[in-house]
Amino acid sequence: MKNVIFGVVASLALTTAALADDMKLAVTTSFHNSGLAEILLPEIKADLDLDVQLLVVGTGQAIRLGEAGDVDAILVHSQKAEEKFLAGGNGTHRREIMYNDFVFIGPSADSAGVKDAENAAQALQRIAQAHASFVSRGDDSGTHKKELSLWKAADLDPAGFDDWYRAVGAGMGAALNTASGMEAYIMADRASWLNFGNKGGLELLFAGDPVLFNQYAYLPVNPEKHAHVKNDLALKLEAWLTSDRAKELINAYKIGGETLFVFNAKQ
Amino acid sequence: MADLLDGILQALWLLVTLDSDLVEITLRSLRVTLTALVIASAIALPLAALLAVRRFRMRRITIAVLNALMGLPPVVVGLIVYVFLSRAGPLGVLGLLFTPTAMIIAQVVIIVPLIASIAHQSLRELWSDYHDLLISMNASQTQRIKALLWDGRRALLTAALAGFGRAIGEVGAIMVVGGNIDHATRVLTTAIALETGKGEFAMALGLGFVLIAMAITVNLAIHWLGHTETEGRW
Amino acid sequence: MQKPLFPLIAKQATVRRRGKVLVGPVDLTLGGQGTTIVIGPNGAGKTTLLKMLHGIERMNGGVLDWACPIEEAQRRQAFVFQTPIMMRRSVVDNLAYPLQLIGVARREARARAAHWADQINLGDALERSAMLLSGGERQKLALARALIREPDVLFLDEPCASLDGRATREIEEILLRAAATGTRLIMSTHNMGQAQRLADEVLFVLHGRIHEFSSAKTFFEGPQTAQADAFLRGDIVE
Repeated sequence: MKNVIFGVVASLALTTAALADDMKLAVTTSFHNSGLAEILLPEIKADLDLDVQLLVVGTGQAIRLGEAGDVDAILVHSQKAEEKFLAGGNGTHRREIMYNDFVFIGPSADSAGVKDAENAAQALQRIAQAHASFVSRGDDSGTHKKELSLWKAADLDPAGFDDWYRAVGAGMGAALNTASGMEAYIMADRASWLNFGNKGGLELLFAGDPVLFNQYAYLPVNPEKHAHVKNDLALKLEAWLTSDRAKELINAYKIGGETLFVFNAKQ
Repeated sequence: MADLLDGILQALWLLVTLDSDLVEITLRSLRVTLTALVIASAIALPLAALLAVRRFRMRRITIAVLNALMGLPPVVVGLIVYVFLSRAGPLGVLGLLFTPTAMIIAQVVIIVPLIASIAHQSLRELWSDYHDLLISMNASQTQRIKALLWDGRRALLTAALAGFGRAIGEVGAIMVVGGNIDHATRVLTTAIALETGKGEFAMALGLGFVLIAMAITVNLAIHWLGHTETEGRW
Repeated sequence: MQKPLFPLIAKQATVRRRGKVLVGPVDLTLGGQGTTIVIGPNGAGKTTLLKMLHGIERMNGGVLDWACPIEEAQRRQAFVFQTPIMMRRSVVDNLAYPLQLIGVARREARARAAHWADQINLGDALERSAMLLSGGERQKLALARALIREPDVLFLDEPCASLDGRATREIEEILLRAAATGTRLIMSTHNMGQAQRLADEVLFVLHGRIHEFSSAKTFFEGPQTAQADAFLRGDIVE
């Protein structure tokens, strides 16, 4: 009996991972929390026999992983950061895939009156005026950068906010957890919100302003800079992501009856 | 309270149905931590014995440093290993980042000081007992170390168990160097972090209970194998 | 025939710890026959002297020479400590250990160990943990373990100090048998009766120096120094 256990333990310690076609793709937490990956990855595996290993990180870290050559491609949603990435010779090109939108979430009581704001800028101004608790991603992610640009567009500077403004430095899910626990306002992407399991006293208060548009783009890491990246597989994946099959899957993806993403790749 | 009950029910459901994801994650947790434990013990135990029997000039400092390293924050170790293994780093050519091997490396670095320190404390006591006898019997350095390691094996097992406990519950370092990739580097602790971050507390609790049960089982198994509680004078 | 170990010659041998002289300077020549008993008041340095002669106490001055090279001399001695040092293993494994150290095969070593265990009346306790033995049993085990390699010289530091009468008698029987087969015994004791029973010659130690060294007969009939005389009478000697 003892020997059986020793044997099992030893073999557990010695088994190696199976070998298959695989590549590493850095994606943002917002994308992952939407649940779309659970739909797409099995299809990719079936159609291309490709294991896409997802590293779920903030946009900032995804960019850095691409710059270091630790991944083969990145899927992010921050055009400025993407263009900077390309300008540095880190990626070969940028391919738009799909978009979703950002929404404002807050306590149902809505003390700041965000619900009937006319546009995003006004909603934010009302929150600032009311000194209502607001949770920010604070992690240099695409969502965070978007949030900062919206404050700027509303003529407000987060650097000068009091402590009603909470920068948590975390992913979308963790930030939503914090907002739920604090009954605070937060800006989230619609997909993460719909998929979030701990809504508590929060609800979706404001959406629809075109400025809340959120474009996802796919950037393969430049093989000239990092010879070891699997550029052929990255391009294979890109071709699939911009195919009719992907279009069908992405446009059909719903949570609670609502579609989340709109496929807009130029084919 | 509802979350807790939900968690227990989810845990039972996962276990009873032998959920394939759960099995895969659990086996990977065990594989990473047990491999790290074996490697770390192979380094730490002879090191501890050597420090106990050999007098050399840097000995006191080495022991002090070893004890201090026990307090290394695991996530900092993870960060340092990450920097080394990243393609942009010195060991990047090995392509180890975001693999279970990277996680094993990080865990080895974390638990070697712990195992060595605990083992050293008890081996030192044993050596102070055996010292005159083994020298009188003309035992060579190697023979002395072998006698210490064999006769002190109960205490060494305890040291190894402490290392196992530290490693199996570790999440910061292996999240950083492993990347928590589904079907590749996701283990129980990182899965719990993920589910918590998604607000899926019941699932996270379920995984947590599985982790606790597994840790206890491994501990009991090792105690049984080592007959730890059946001998001894008290 | 092996080279003789003796005479063992110590010249100005000194042991110093923390500035204090524990033993020495000692000038001594020990021959190769019989049993030497070392006596003296507590704190006189008997233990340190024995350990120094055996080589497990570092000397700070003087020389100590066996008649053969030191490596060989180290292989042919053994030491029994006042408090027996038990290895955390079974009785038979304790006894077999010294044999394993010199490369004797495991089965052979265990067989010889079992034989010795019989001789010390622990034959039915082979697999018992040595840590569970009584004081007397431990000392018998330590003695058997010391004798199992058939050393030419056996040092003993008050081996019967904390033993009852029966255990003391058993130990003395083993010692007499060993001495009869030619093992040189150098032993310290507090028990004058024991000293008289076993000694061929007597070393009287005082303040870390050899105060008197003579044959047993001479010593017990009429010691030459006042202190030795006082000691034998039972007075406190400082």
